Amino acid sequence: MSPAGSHRIQGVESVLVIGSGPIIIGQACEFDYSGTQACRVLRQEGLRVILVNSNPATIMTDPEVADATYIEPITPEVVRQIIDRERPDALLATLGGQTALNVAVTLADTGVLEEFGVRLLGADIEAIRAGEDRQRFKAIVDALPAELGAESARSEIAHTMEECLAVAGHLGYPLVVRPSYTLGGKGGGIAYDETQLRTIAGGGLIASRGSQVLLEESILGWKEFELELMRDRADNVVVVCSIENVDPMGVHTGDSVTVAPAMTLTDREYQRMRDVAIAIMRAVGVDAGGCNIQFAVEPSTGRLVVIEMNPRVSRSSALASKATGFPIAKISAKLALGYTLDEIPNDITRVTPAAFEPSLDYVVVKVPRFTFEKFPGADHVLTTHMKSVGEAMAIGRNFGEALNKALRSLETPAAGFWTVPDDRLPNTEPDALQALRIPHEGRIYTVERALREGASVEQVCEASGMDPWFVDQVLALLEMRNELAAASGDLDVLRAAKRAGFSDRQVAAITGVSEGQARDTRHAAGIRPVFKTVDTCAAEFAAHTPYHYSTYDEETEVQPRERPAVIVLGSGPNRIGQGIEFDYACCHAAFALSEAGYETIIVNCNPETVSTDYDTSDRLYFEPLTVEDVLEIVDAERAAGPLAGVVVQLGGQTPLGLAAALERAGVPIVGTTPDAIHLAEDRREFGKVLESVCLLAPRYGTAFSYEEARAVAAEIGYPVLVRPSYVLGGRGMEIVYDESSLEAYVSRATSASSEHPVLVDRFLDDAVEIDVDAIFDGDELYLAGVMEHIEEAGIHSGDSACALPPITLGKADLIRIRNATEDIARGVGVQGLVNVQYALQADVLYVLEANPRASRTVPFVAKATGIPVAKAAARVMLGASIAQLRTEGLLPAEGDGADMPFDSYICVKEAVLPFNRFTGVDTVLGPEMKSTGEVMGIDSGFGVAYAKSQSAAYGPLPTKGCVFVSLANRDKRAMIFPVKRLVDLGFEVIATEGTAQVLRRNGVAATVVPKHSEGLPGDAVAKILAGEIDLVINTPFGNGPRVDGYEIRSACVTSNTPCVTTMPGAAAAVQGIEALLRGELNVRSLQEWHADLEVSRNGKPSRG
Amino acid sequence: MSDSQRAVLMLEDGRAFSGDAYGAGGETFGEAVFATGMTGYQETLTDPSYARQVVVQTAPHIGNTGVNDEDPESRRMWVAGYVVRDPARRTSSWRATRSLDEELREQGIVGISGLDTRALTRHLRERGAMRCGIAPLDAADGLLDRILASEQMLGADLAPAVSTLEPYTVSPAGTPRLRVAALDLGIKWRTPARMAARGIEVTVHPATATAADLLASCPDGVFFSNGPGDPATADYAVQAACGVLDSGVPLFGICFGNQVLGRALGFGTYKLRYGHRGINQPVQDRATGKVAVTSHNHGFAVDAPLVRISETPYGRVEVSHVALNDQVVEGLRLLDRPAFSVQYHPEAAPGPHDADGLFDRFVELMDRSKAAAK
Repeated sequence: MSPAGSHRIQGVESVLVIGSGPIIIGQACEFDYSGTQACRVLRQEGLRVILVNSNPATIMTDPEVADATYIEPITPEVVRQIIDRERPDALLATLGGQTALNVAVTLADTGVLEEFGVRLLGADIEAIRAGEDRQRFKAIVDALPAELGAESARSEIAHTMEECLAVAGHLGYPLVVRPSYTLGGKGGGIAYDETQLRTIAGGGLIASRGSQVLLEESILGWKEFELELMRDRADNVVVVCSIENVDPMGVHTGDSVTVAPAMTLTDREYQRMRDVAIAIMRAVGVDAGGCNIQFAVEPSTGRLVVIEMNPRVSRSSALASKATGFPIAKISAKLALGYTLDEIPNDITRVTPAAFEPSLDYVVVKVPRFTFEKFPGADHVLTTHMKSVGEAMAIGRNFGEALNKALRSLETPAAGFWTVPDDRLPNTEPDALQALRIPHEGRIYTVERALREGASVEQVCEASGMDPWFVDQVLALLEMRNELAAASGDLDVLRAAKRAGFSDRQVAAITGVSEGQARDTRHAAGIRPVFKTVDTCAAEFAAHTPYHYSTYDEETEVQPRERPAVIVLGSGPNRIGQGIEFDYACCHAAFALSEAGYETIIVNCNPETVSTDYDTSDRLYFEPLTVEDVLEIVDAERAAGPLAGVVVQLGGQTPLGLAAALERAGVPIVGTTPDAIHLAEDRREFGKVLESVCLLAPRYGTAFSYEEARAVAAEIGYPVLVRPSYVLGGRGMEIVYDESSLEAYVSRATSASSEHPVLVDRFLDDAVEIDVDAIFDGDELYLAGVMEHIEEAGIHSGDSACALPPITLGKADLIRIRNATEDIARGVGVQGLVNVQYALQADVLYVLEANPRASRTVPFVAKATGIPVAKAAARVMLGASIAQLRTEGLLPAEGDGADMPFDSYICVKEAVLPFNRFTGVDTVLGPEMKSTGEVMGIDSGFGVAYAKSQSAAYGPLPTKGCVFVSLANRDKRAMIFPVKRLVDLGFEVIATEGTAQVLRRNGVAATVVPKHSEGLPGDAVAKILAGEIDLVINTPFGNGPRVDGYEIRSACVTSNTPCVTTMPGAAAAVQGIEALLRGELNVRSLQEWHADLEVSRNGKPSRG
Repeated sequence: MSDSQRAVLMLEDGRAFSGDAYGAGGETFGEAVFATGMTGYQETLTDPSYARQVVVQTAPHIGNTGVNDEDPESRRMWVAGYVVRDPARRTSSWRATRSLDEELREQGIVGISGLDTRALTRHLRERGAMRCGIAPLDAADGLLDRILASEQMLGADLAPAVSTLEPYTVSPAGTPRLRVAALDLGIKWRTPARMAARGIEVTVHPATATAADLLASCPDGVFFSNGPGDPATADYAVQAACGVLDSGVPLFGICFGNQVLGRALGFGTYKLRYGHRGINQPVQDRATGKVAVTSHNHGFAVDAPLVRISETPYGRVEVSHVALNDQVVEGLRLLDRPAFSVQYHPEAAPGPHDADGLFDRFVELMDRSKAAAK
């Protein structure tokens, strides 16, 4: 299209893409979405793509996405090795979040890029520095022409605590503390006084790479906006999206309710912001890619202050992509190759170019998902330091509708306003207003409550700092509720309520009927949603991508179709226990079913994911995953053409929880039936299944009081695993070793009652836990993978490291496991995937639980065994047999994931924990899952694979220095060999007195340090904080906070010191350290490992 | 809502949408067009180029920032009717002095809200802009007949009706460095303001001013503004343009002014199916390849060959700018005389400021012309 012909760069034939590693708070699956898009674009352009990413749960690490996939730690050393081995022409680091950007900067600084002649694509080092270094960025903003009317907040940089205090002297409190070079605001916060400044800035100085923090005048309570921009090498710039935060300045944008497009700016103000943003992008020098820039606006004067920029693709850009239909990451990759915006077509319209600014004829609302309940002791106040673990996005034709849809997408106990009794919210106007002053999870609910208690919009605005327009929108919903309550049965009012986004559940709660009755009334009145299209252009041009959302309007845009369709229900917002692994499975189902000739339809509400890319399925419905919303989609799609069924097995608990209701409503569920799901989930029913096939489960009982719990425990024997019966995901679970702790647990952690009994299970001490993923077609079992946990049973499987193939299990064990898994699959009636957890104690195999669905480990198993497990499972769910898939080549002709060859490589999965985000939370692992993500280490032996996994998750294991050991009595025996080995390897050992004594008696020299609780100088906590300790081995004893172990582990989190909290973990770490000392950490691509596996399996490579 | 507050929007092909009465009550007729800007409703409503048009806003929430005294682009609202999905209940802006609803009623603008504006937009996209009427639901009998009896946009001469009656002058701060005569075919206030910001004194003349009127005070340049209606009817403006071209005084035209220049050069104009109305329109400068995101409001376009230089009575002419979405002619440049024009709005208001530099180009042209005359 350009007069000069294509601007694509020449001389680049291979490119290294750096991913973002494990899912952590502030860096989630949005980088899988962006990275996958980028890899696809680069390959379409004929480039050889080399990828490094340690996260096996991603689509981007699927072997077919890149030419060479390195599932290796994303450290400068490892990436250097990959560069040395692959000799790429170029490096693309702007799509892998802060992790990739930091590695790229280091590689440039240390001369690696120059040494190997690697060209950096997307943004040059100078631009990255200018955008990320707060002082330089501030200088750029302050140097903009005055007529633009932009400035930065008054601020100063400090490198030491003394400088921090001096700055506080001139700027006064409150002060905003922002460290450089961190993501998600890590290490930042708001200090209201000197004590807080010391705590926050102290942490910030450690978290920041350059050891500097920015202290800034408080602009708390100002309006907050964000613009997403793209710029090409010809200096064409477009603003893809404006985003306005409903929560004003002071809450991290990731923790805010946000809306797109901006709602409260006139054109003059918006265009001024746009001019400033473009001027900044030019001055910083981002010249072939995207960036986002955040602004604050003083509500009473319009004073415009520039907050910060990210010179790369970000969480916000993923949100903006989904909100507008403009695929920022894909376009970024093309811009990095030199194309100009006018040379890139808009996929959605096909006839127009990407050189334009999307226009929205709908409203998008994003709400954050928190999991504070997982981290007792964590501070719930929202600040500039991001704490949410996920988000849901919703699209509506007005703000109220989008907000209502977003709130019910979150899958919190309250599914939007008025759906549950809100007696936990302040119940008087003054209390509610007071509560609004402190930002907290679900503050929008408190806004509604305050209005309901009689507060005026002005009062709520004053207390919360929110813009009156938003508060009035909540008031409009409240008025609608009151109208509905007063005039139940009036269909016009019902129609108006549906237009305002009220769910059937909300209508039911307000009018005092059941949700089903509310739905029947609505259907009888013909009040049904229509489906509109996200088309980038407000209907100016026809859209060719069916990316839909529901609304109550006149005309629907769902097109008729011929082929049978399969609807895959996604997994909703990321949370601990349900994240990217399930999105991976849903995407694979879409890919496999599309290849098999089905029309694929995905329903999901998580903007970070690959599944909500309009390219992943034939049709995308960006909708909440509730019974109501899914039923309406099913009806619309049934009207459009034949429907083969709905897949509920792949998106985790979310769709599984809908299965029974959908089936009752006559929706065809493919794969394992809801009845079979019930068989596996109900303890009693599942117990019968196990009995019928002669399998053992740990003994258990149910107690409605402490007395009953004591009786049950006495009968089945200590230790016992106790948990409330009404929670999922291991919440509130504990292992209890004696009667007094049992009593304490029952009185503390639960309110045992007739409605909420406590479950008491025999806990299998010192057992090996085994995780199995399998596919069953009703006849044949394909054992996809058998994983042996490193940590003993009792640690939640999601938090435990594991190895595949299992490192200590013998052939006989595997045969037992295979038979047991097949018996369970057959007994339950599985058609598709099943995950079974076993414990092996004293050679007795116990079944802990079975989940007839995709598990968290499916992507890991697929990567480790080289088999597309989720794809095969999706086909089986739609009726294909395993034999058929073996013939087709989707599954191996013979054998399965349990018979990995004798000389096979070893894969280790390690969990990544978010403790550094929640100061004050104990880091001990237990039966309640706490990890946000995972990494994989792969190598020919366990030691190196484990060392790689540690390096990828937490940073490299130390190879020399000082180890501090402090253990529970029961672990002291197991400690002797590993600690002795560390001494042999040259480590110095220090220990508290009891531990040191045991070590000395066993011939291991150990220096004694005082316990922290003794209050003496030179204790372990002080040494850890001073950076004198290189490795900590500390297993928990005693309970609750404020005991020594807690202080030790907290110090490790603060100082970033590796800390092992289980003995098997310590033994594995020692193996890893040995491997590192032998210098065995080499890199190899997944494709090469898989090729080896083929050779071992078949004697020759077979599948491409 | 009672029936008396219900309203209907009917298109000339018979399709009807029911909604709620909005703004002033009563009945109105005009050409239904959609505008895709997400900001700038106040500028849109007061843009004279929208005269006799019923504007459908594709952005659902309209009125959030109320109305202020700085943002109007002319002395009054010109739209014939206003169609929005979700009018603001409450105004929120530190600059707002009143609500949009109040202002619409004050200025007698009949509107309708609460209808499926996207369905309406898609209809107009597929069938083309067409006449429509908005009426109270209980007074809608015979509405279609009245719509069919209303005037067409094709062949409508509207510029004189929106233009200033008397000349007026917009002065820059300080001593003017250049003087421009502007022909007001429906000019927006931001246009002389953007020129004044460059030290230009602008005298704005009524639409029917002749070349002699425009050149009487020996200006350094003449500007032809945007405006409503069918350019094929504006023979007076075309004659004025010919006169200015003959004089050799630098000429700059925008929007309607581009069409007027096109006609003066001998090109025809034609009606687009549904026009360009939005602030996100990509236009490429064919000389540099650069793309500007620009503000558009045009239902007609110049019919000039894209690929080659045209020979005209005023020498060689090239199509300097093109719309990337649909390859419509967006700018003309004379190679042998000091004249150029664009089909869009460098003054923006509303819209991005990407094309603001065209005023600098006009300044350069005038400077060069002055230097050559010395």
